[in-house]
Amino acid sequence: MPSPRWRRALSAAGEAVWPPAAALGLSFAIGAAIVAAIDENPLRVLPLIFAPGLGSADGFARVLFDATPLILTGLSVAYAFRAGLFNIGGEGQLYAGAFLAAWTALALPGLPRPVALPLAVLAAAAGGALWGAIPGWLKARFGVHEVINTIMMNFLAVGLTGWLLERFLQEPGQMIPHTPEIPAAYQLQPFAQGPGGAWLGLDRANPLGASLLVALAAAVAVGLVFRRGVEGYRLRAVGLSPAAARYGGIGVGGVTVRAMAVSGALAGLVGVHEVLLYRHRFLDNFSSGLGFLGIAVALMGKNHPLGIVLAALLFGFLNTGALEIDIFTQVPRELVVVLQALIILLVVSFGELALWRRRRRRREEAA
Amino acid sequence: MRVALEGLCRSFPGVRAVQDVSLDYEPGRLYALVGENGAGKSTLMHLLYGMLPPDAGRILVDGRPVRLAGSQDAIRLGIGMVHQHFMLVDTLTAAENVVLGAEPGRWGRLDREAARAAVRADGERFGLAVDPDAPLESLSVGEAQRVEILKVLYRGASFLIFDEPTGVLTPQEARGLFAILRRLRDEGKTVVLISHKLDEVLAVAETIDVMRRGRHVGRLAREEADAERLARMMVGREVLLRVEKPPAAPGPPVLEARGLGLARRPGRAELADVSFTLRRGEVLGIAGVEGNGQRELAALVTGLLRPDAGELRLDGRSLAGLTPRRARDLGIRHVPEDRQRTGLVLDMSLRENLILGEEGGPAAGRAGVILPGRVATLARRRVSEYDVRVADTRQSARSLSGGNQQKLVLARELDGDPRLLVACHPTRGVDVGAIEYIHRTLLAKRARGLAVLLFSSELSELLALSDRIGVLYRGRLTAVLDADAVDEETLGLYITGARGVERA
Repeated sequence: MPSPRWRRALSAAGEAVWPPAAALGLSFAIGAAIVAAIDENPLRVLPLIFAPGLGSADGFARVLFDATPLILTGLSVAYAFRAGLFNIGGEGQLYAGAFLAAWTALALPGLPRPVALPLAVLAAAAGGALWGAIPGWLKARFGVHEVINTIMMNFLAVGLTGWLLERFLQEPGQMIPHTPEIPAAYQLQPFAQGPGGAWLGLDRANPLGASLLVALAAAVAVGLVFRRGVEGYRLRAVGLSPAAARYGGIGVGGVTVRAMAVSGALAGLVGVHEVLLYRHRFLDNFSSGLGFLGIAVALMGKNHPLGIVLAALLFGFLNTGALEIDIFTQVPRELVVVLQALIILLVVSFGELALWRRRRRRREEAA
Repeated sequence: MRVALEGLCRSFPGVRAVQDVSLDYEPGRLYALVGENGAGKSTLMHLLYGMLPPDAGRILVDGRPVRLAGSQDAIRLGIGMVHQHFMLVDTLTAAENVVLGAEPGRWGRLDREAARAAVRADGERFGLAVDPDAPLESLSVGEAQRVEILKVLYRGASFLIFDEPTGVLTPQEARGLFAILRRLRDEGKTVVLISHKLDEVLAVAETIDVMRRGRHVGRLAREEADAERLARMMVGREVLLRVEKPPAAPGPPVLEARGLGLARRPGRAELADVSFTLRRGEVLGIAGVEGNGQRELAALVTGLLRPDAGELRLDGRSLAGLTPRRARDLGIRHVPEDRQRTGLVLDMSLRENLILGEEGGPAAGRAGVILPGRVATLARRRVSEYDVRVADTRQSARSLSGGNQQKLVLARELDGDPRLLVACHPTRGVDVGAIEYIHRTLLAKRARGLAVLLFSSELSELLALSDRIGVLYRGRLTAVLDADAVDEETLGLYITGARGVERA
């Protein structure tokens, strides 16, 4: 017989888990119907999505690699959301972070590695933080809605980094504008090329690297702030009731700016993954919506750090599986995009449904 | 229309909200249903209005059992409900609001003339004068309530339930409402007034039903009822309706206001040249009709607003540049007027609510980390010291009754012997048992030297607790009276501006 405390924890967990789980199940059922409509066998095609990731250590490492930036952008969305803020600006913030990291590396080529690496990581976070803090400040000072101004900041970030790149940093004679390679002291090497790579069973070309550890550390840190931090308490109070928070003496404006800055910094750390590890340079237009996908990851993960890591993994699986489907079946790889869209749509719908049920129960209890 | 409830029961997880209640209502009479918060009055009426299905028992209309699958069914049968929080659209006119959902007209065209005519006709018949073309947002709360009543009448209700209708009204508006209730009765409607304010029930109802902990504990005719008897039935024990106030022993000045002024802004009243002194161990009541600057004065003292003129001093030191955080650090505490919106974070637990404002301090943790053990200990102590009745401090504040929520706010704001308490309507919407407790607590803290700036729209409360009473009229302090030397009638003259204005 479980104690009441455990039962309560279990029922709370159940309440949090069922909407995404049901959404996942239903999405794959609809996906199966689509596959069947293309005259393929769903039971053959759908497992293929998970086959590469589960088939080998190398495959799983690729899933982790794809999941890494999504963990960061998912955390970014969840952090702002804790304070009731909807940060749509992850995309712009990660551009700002990646660009500042690359620029720092190119501007200070002579630094020794123990200084260079932490500095570049900080630069990535700082770029994102700045790009988040500006809309946060506009919201706190003038009440401009953060959804509007973070979207605007996205356009600004892509345009501005593109212009700065062309004007100051571009490597000449390239089709796609990008910077020269950053100095070796700033580069992170993939695990596969390190001493343990072969032992881990990774292919030489496997890109997984230390950015994963940065993302996981960020998840743990965000979890601690949420659970135990005074700042986490303030975020939640402001998110649930700004008026009560203000009456209680919490500086709502300050919390708003800080929440957006930290949210931006988390997105900015994608620069560590993209610039320091993967490309070793800043590439114009490199992100294909990683920031926006972060919103879906946070939704799917119920704004909980552990949930976000799991949701990012799922999206990582879908990404790596897309290639497999393309190669081995008649089904176009866009199936995976359809699946992603379905999952997001259904998670939101089921989430609303759960909320509605909870509200109704609460209303009945209150009556 | 004759309505009878037979053996109604309804439970919620962990609570038997309504147990075996049988009542009958005859047409053309004025009933009241009283009970403490959580006694089951609202649940009972929700059963009758079809918003909840009963677990057992039945409802008979004119002798025939009916099944209500929703409020639509109740409305069809002629049962209507006037909610405490209006279900109206701000941007529509009064007439449009009245017909909303049952619009006259054909082929999707709204017949505005018919809507206006209906509003005028019902308005005349029941004494509910409202300009049909006035946008709702331009109406006063009392007028908006009339629109809500007209809406219910327009749907053909002959049995009207009023759920705590005076909670949002000024005393004058409440008197107007009572006249309307009598008029409705005279026109043959059945009226049920849900309330926990004994004086208004005694003023208007003919038959009074009392509920306690889900059970119907008695029905009294108006002639048999008095406030003490009703309170005893509601609470189940003797209740002191008026607490004993020992003579004041005021000490040195704690709060001094000198020529405070605040410019008028949209949604904000002005203040002009407000000066007073509040001493240690003294309660200074502030009387006034809502909207005469009380809210603004409370906001100035708690740092939520900054004055445009004049200054405030605490223990002789200037409070210029005061913020809510700084006010709290200086020992100024605040029981805000709206505990649900500004006093508590409803979706946080009791524990979390009890550290709001101290979350960064040693009571809750250290070095930026909240220590759950410390918070739990603090919460348990405060909850028991301030008589908040809960099983578990991890419960959400939303799950508490109004009285318990208010005690939760008091527990947070009064613990640790603050210098000054700004108490805004500390007993608004709480039941008699909790009122008694809150009054006794405030006077006990006063005896220990707390200075209290008390805002209340209940003149009887101001008279019971205050040593002196200041009157705010149009943003000016038009009088400061000795509480022992005035009565409600005199105060009523001051707050409506019939007296005291020449001074300003």
